Amino acid sequence: MTTTARRKSGAPYLFLTPALLLFGLFLAAPILYAGYLSLRRVKVSGLGLGAGSRTEIWAGLENYTRSLTDPEFLPSVLRVGAYGLIVVPCMLGLALVMALLLDAGRTRVSTFARTAIFLPYAVPAVIASLLWGFLYLPRVSPIVDVLDKVGITAPDALSSSWVLYSVANIAIWGGTGFNMIVLYTALRSIPTDLFEAARIDGASDIAIALRIKIPIIGPSLVMTTLFSLIATLQVFAEPMTLRPLSNTISTTWTPLMKVYRDAFVRNDIYAAAATSVIIALATFVISYGFLKLVGSRAFSQES
Amino acid sequence: MAVTTVPVAPAQAPATVAPRVQRNRRTSPTATILLLLGAAYCLMPVLWVLVASTKSASELFNTFTFMPSTHLFDNISFLNSYRDGLYWRWMANSALFAGVGAAASTLVSAMAGFALAKYDFRGKSFVFNLVLAGVLVPAVILAVPQYLLLAKVGMTNTYWSVLLPSMISPYGIYLCRIFAAATVPNEVLEAARMDGAGDWRSFVRVVLPMMRAGLVTVFLFQFVAIWNNYMLPFIMLGDDKLFPVTVGLSGLLNQGATQPAMYTSVVTGALLSVVPLVALFLGLQRYWRVDLGAGAVKA
Repeated sequence: MTTTARRKSGAPYLFLTPALLLFGLFLAAPILYAGYLSLRRVKVSGLGLGAGSRTEIWAGLENYTRSLTDPEFLPSVLRVGAYGLIVVPCMLGLALVMALLLDAGRTRVSTFARTAIFLPYAVPAVIASLLWGFLYLPRVSPIVDVLDKVGITAPDALSSSWVLYSVANIAIWGGTGFNMIVLYTALRSIPTDLFEAARIDGASDIAIALRIKIPIIGPSLVMTTLFSLIATLQVFAEPMTLRPLSNTISTTWTPLMKVYRDAFVRNDIYAAAATSVIIALATFVISYGFLKLVGSRAFSQES
Repeated sequence: MAVTTVPVAPAQAPATVAPRVQRNRRTSPTATILLLLGAAYCLMPVLWVLVASTKSASELFNTFTFMPSTHLFDNISFLNSYRDGLYWRWMANSALFAGVGAAASTLVSAMAGFALAKYDFRGKSFVFNLVLAGVLVPAVILAVPQYLLLAKVGMTNTYWSVLLPSMISPYGIYLCRIFAAATVPNEVLEAARMDGAGDWRSFVRVVLPMMRAGLVTVFLFQFVAIWNNYMLPFIMLGDDKLFPVTVGLSGLLNQGATQPAMYTSVVTGALLSVVPLVALFLGLQRYWRVDLGAGAVKA
């Protein structure tokens, strides 16, 4: 283990103080406060007018049952599930293919392509949604123009049957480059001799990629999948930005949008708190469960 | 076993073609075409915003998508004049949130990461598990509870309400712990102690310089995360003079529904807003060698 002799000093606690303070105030306290609020409700006595007529009382699990049985909750969860099933495999598949192509070194355009594909990471999700949002409008879309020329009526990207794919496309566009760079960095750190012998034996680039390179960068694939899953569960900026351009995105399109609506449109902070707790728990269960599922040693403490 | 892959390798020459793969290997047209298709997909919206910001309001929806026009400067000056240059205030706010937030977050993470990597102390694994829980449940999910809590103390709708929550980054702490373990040898800390340097002094004089490359990565990571963040400022802030550019522009887009003339401002604003970050990326590309798996590849 790598520790210095200064074991008994209070120094580590001082170094940790700012982090623990911020962690407590902005991560632990909000979740505890949300947990508390989620068990409370307002009791209205009389006509609900005048001071003292509205008091907060314990509500038990009432907010949770209300939240879970809300007719708009389940569809928003299923929608995000479908969204994740599109985004995570497509984005990581694209990122992996591009990273392998760059790593194979069989092209002269790699610097240009790497920079171009990484570029969307510099574009905030709101701006990306804005740009794609305009490009989805039939009067702006170049695809509609082209299809028109050959006599095909293009589907409306923002119609109810396509809007999920349109939002997913924005996330894929924005996330592929970053994941590609992560995987490419991992590929570049593979020692050459690990696949040079296979190459001399006549193995193709594809065989080398499938049999040698992809297994070796497994840990990086696990981590990129984990972070993509977590990002999926908090989708908010893209649909919120697209809303003014489309009437097919409801105010409860994703679970986080429902939390926002409950808290600020309906002023029902108790339901919002309950849904927040559910989302936080679900995120933890899914991300932790994923790590257990792949049997990953990610985040091991010894180093 | 030591960490086998250090997450950044800034000492290596950036962006050069790999020497190992250039040994008489034939170029593959398939690889070139696929990479160019990927590049085209990623560049298309960026190219569009470049072209669209030169169009007038009437041209935006009526001329061919990629047909440039001549109104770029009109659009910029219209955006400039919008509510006395509010747009530039948004940009300055974004720079403030991202710059100050990322700098503070990097320092906080470096201190915590160093403590976790180089000291033995009671409660260490508890703190480490807290950090991991923070990585798995990102704070954005808690934006509404954060708002409700800050509202209790009257801190919402201030710069602090966005800055303070941005200063804690569990993933930054996690990365810093790896950097500290990999780049700061115990002998160096011992030597500093022998010379009579206290813990804080050796941290500032010895540890921070040795971790510099890693800290730049953490800073960039956090800078982009804060610059791109939408939900936190959207929820915390009510006064549009405090908005970052993401929240400001999405508000402008909302106005476009009733005043279509605003759309050209939205498009021009979108273009101008990505310029600083794109410049930052191209300038610091060599620092983007993040190996997320770094923590995992040690048997």
